[in-house]
Amino acid sequence: MSDPNRRTAVPHFGGRGSGKGSGRKKASVTRIARNTEFPLRAATTPKGQTPLPANVGSNYETDWARRFPARVARRVARDTLGRAIVHYYARPTIKGVDRLSELRGPAVFAANHQSHADTAVMVTSIPEPWCNRLVVGAAADYFFGNRFSSAISALFVGAIPIERTSVNRRNIDQAVALLRSGWSLVIYPEGGRSRDGWGQQFRPGAAYLAKQAGVPVVPVHIRGTFDILRKGRAWPKRARSVVNFGRPLDFADDDNNRRFTRRLQAAVEGLADETATGNWFAARRRLHSADSPGLEGPSASAWRRRWTLTEPAPASGADPPGDAAASKRRWPYV
Amino acid sequence: MTARKGLVLEVDRTTPPIVFHHGEGLRLEKLPVGSRVVYPNEPLDAVRDPEREIASALANPLGDCEPLAALMRPGMKLTIAFDDISLPLPPMAAPDIRGRIIEQVLDMAAAAGVDDVHLIAALALHRRMTEAELRHAVGDRVYDAFAPHGQLYNFDAEDPDALTHLGTTEAGEEVEISTRAVESDLLVYVNINLVSMDGGHKSVATGLSSYTALRHHHNVHTMRHSTSFMDPEHSELHTRNWRQGRLLAKAGVKVFQIETTLNNDTFPSPYGFLQRREWEMSPKDRLMLVGTKTALDVMSRRQARRIFSGIRAPYGLTSVQAGEVEAVHRVTLENVYRQHLVRVEGQTDVLTMGLPYLCPYNVNSIMNPILVACLGLGYFFNLYRGKPLVRPGGVVIMTHPTPWEFHPVHHPSYIDFFEEVLADTTDPEVIEHRYEKRYAQDEWYRHLYRTSYAYHGVHPFYMWYWCAHALEHLGEVIIVGGDPAAVRRMGFRAASTLNDALEIATDVVGRDPSITHIHNPPVLMADVV
Repeated sequence: MSDPNRRTAVPHFGGRGSGKGSGRKKASVTRIARNTEFPLRAATTPKGQTPLPANVGSNYETDWARRFPARVARRVARDTLGRAIVHYYARPTIKGVDRLSELRGPAVFAANHQSHADTAVMVTSIPEPWCNRLVVGAAADYFFGNRFSSAISALFVGAIPIERTSVNRRNIDQAVALLRSGWSLVIYPEGGRSRDGWGQQFRPGAAYLAKQAGVPVVPVHIRGTFDILRKGRAWPKRARSVVNFGRPLDFADDDNNRRFTRRLQAAVEGLADETATGNWFAARRRLHSADSPGLEGPSASAWRRRWTLTEPAPASGADPPGDAAASKRRWPYV
Repeated sequence: MTARKGLVLEVDRTTPPIVFHHGEGLRLEKLPVGSRVVYPNEPLDAVRDPEREIASALANPLGDCEPLAALMRPGMKLTIAFDDISLPLPPMAAPDIRGRIIEQVLDMAAAAGVDDVHLIAALALHRRMTEAELRHAVGDRVYDAFAPHGQLYNFDAEDPDALTHLGTTEAGEEVEISTRAVESDLLVYVNINLVSMDGGHKSVATGLSSYTALRHHHNVHTMRHSTSFMDPEHSELHTRNWRQGRLLAKAGVKVFQIETTLNNDTFPSPYGFLQRREWEMSPKDRLMLVGTKTALDVMSRRQARRIFSGIRAPYGLTSVQAGEVEAVHRVTLENVYRQHLVRVEGQTDVLTMGLPYLCPYNVNSIMNPILVACLGLGYFFNLYRGKPLVRPGGVVIMTHPTPWEFHPVHHPSYIDFFEEVLADTTDPEVIEHRYEKRYAQDEWYRHLYRTSYAYHGVHPFYMWYWCAHALEHLGEVIIVGGDPAAVRRMGFRAASTLNDALEIATDVVGRDPSITHIHNPPVLMADVV
């Protein structure tokens, strides 16, 4: 039995004899790692004992990332490298900031979600003062899967874990507490990235937060990021994007979560229409007559949904919705 | 969050090395497969608003007692006595709960127009508290208001003018306590009940008593018939103390007892890893463990002692109750047991324990070999209810460096006890009969106790008597990593590793003994069934 209390050649700390003449196997990183014992590696949970909840996923503590040093580091990273990278890949056009002129205090920024690039675009597009006290609701199972990605997400994005697959009161309570204490929140009510470029039905999380924290929800539409870093792609490519901020929505006395979520989704659809057509007034009229083109696209087969998405934009002064290639159909080379 | 209960872990091949305290150091010990490790309960939730809890306890006393405010009146003599430096361990982070309570009591006294107030550190035969220690216990505000006028002081058990003999109990125990306490219209006692031994009638009948009274229960016979002295219902020590306490009441000493219980949140950050279960340590905890152990291994004992002496425990108050002594103590004990009791099935052949750097008698001092024995065989061995964790004739293995080292100011009589008495015999009865009286009445020790910061001349005897029950019960005591000469002087066996100690133990308990380790501190009490 090894003695970890000897002051020299302590096997627990990886010490192993080696050398050609010794007759022992040569030390290797793998062997040392395999032979390393507690406390240099975690101890196995004994049979019959329930392991403590790991500090990852929805249990990850992000308080440290909102303290002064981390806030400064995040702001510096955002205003230097972050903006440069976003500008290089996404070249965002920011619209509708004037609609936030009446907004005081924290808010929930609720946007459609097409790609991981959305968060980078959002944190560099949200104006002051909200961008300086901003947290981002991020999928607990994806961004907080291990301690390294958790720390990176919390430090550089200001992410907080949000459980996607189940209701987690702790996460929700934390988000409400942050909103009440003056932090704004970016959330994607669709609950995940688009699979094919079309949006998904909004879930009522944003409405619940708005009601519990008593803060308004700012509808935001993001266009073009699907082409930058769509689901399944590992490396971004350059494309143009548009971020359109809508008028903040307050949770009215006669609202309930479902009704407010419908209002929020309609507002984002109206912003999408406005961005696509470039005609604010026409888009508003379609919005009021509940005639805005939906985010979710036609219920048809996958190729037809994609086909519809790549139809050329209307000619009436619309902004280019994505890069030039995205607005044209591309035929396979035969 | 609800605190998790303690547990008994059975060691298998995957069980990591267990963290053992080793004085001002740590050891990692791999226990044999099949051994058991007893882990303490997690700290109970602390009360949210201690000030309100204290006020409520004072206004709603237990037993046949009026609210404290109703007992105050102008012109009365009020004495507030409080537990000394031996409680809690480690000293609690400021503000100390004693200070918080005393401030509320004094607020009431001020409102009632009480002028004659004395505060006494109830230290019996312990060393006197320094100004810094008193300030920490009662707070600067209280200290500055009373100490300069001689109204806040240490109890002196050797001042013939300040002691009153109140009589003898039906069993022949003399009762002699502080004259100020006897003459007061009200004696308020502020206690910290860290373990189940503390509190009740033991507070006044021990804390404010002289050698004349203490010798009736601090003796070998009492200790051997206290099974254990941590279980008041089966403790001869408490039976005798209770008789003395009841005589005090009969003699007209009006005691308003205030007892508090703390959770076992013992180690502050960054030493929090010391109260985690090994498999639940985070990477940061493990890093701290490796770093702390390595640093302690290379630094001198003096440096390590300085670091450990700086630890202030973040204890949380779990309850406070006030009123008539016995009614209060019943509730207190329930709260202490709620925190400490861990159910353990059956006794063991070999009991292992890692002894930390601190016991009640070496706060800001040195843990000498006698105190090592007292901590292991007195305190840890007796932390059981029902029957001892180790079977009769079993073996106790303790880890501690046990240096042949004494604090010359705090423990002068310990030095002579070790050099003279233990060199002659380690039998508590012989020691009691042959040497106690001489040390207890030695003028030099008496002088040091009264004017310096020395423990009373008889104190090392009591520490040895504290071990009497264990010494009678056990077949062998082995100290791992201790100074062999010091260990042998006490009649124990020295071993350099735990494996060696287990090998030695087989001579007494056979080749295949059952082994149990108590993962203490934080404090746990084994409820052996």
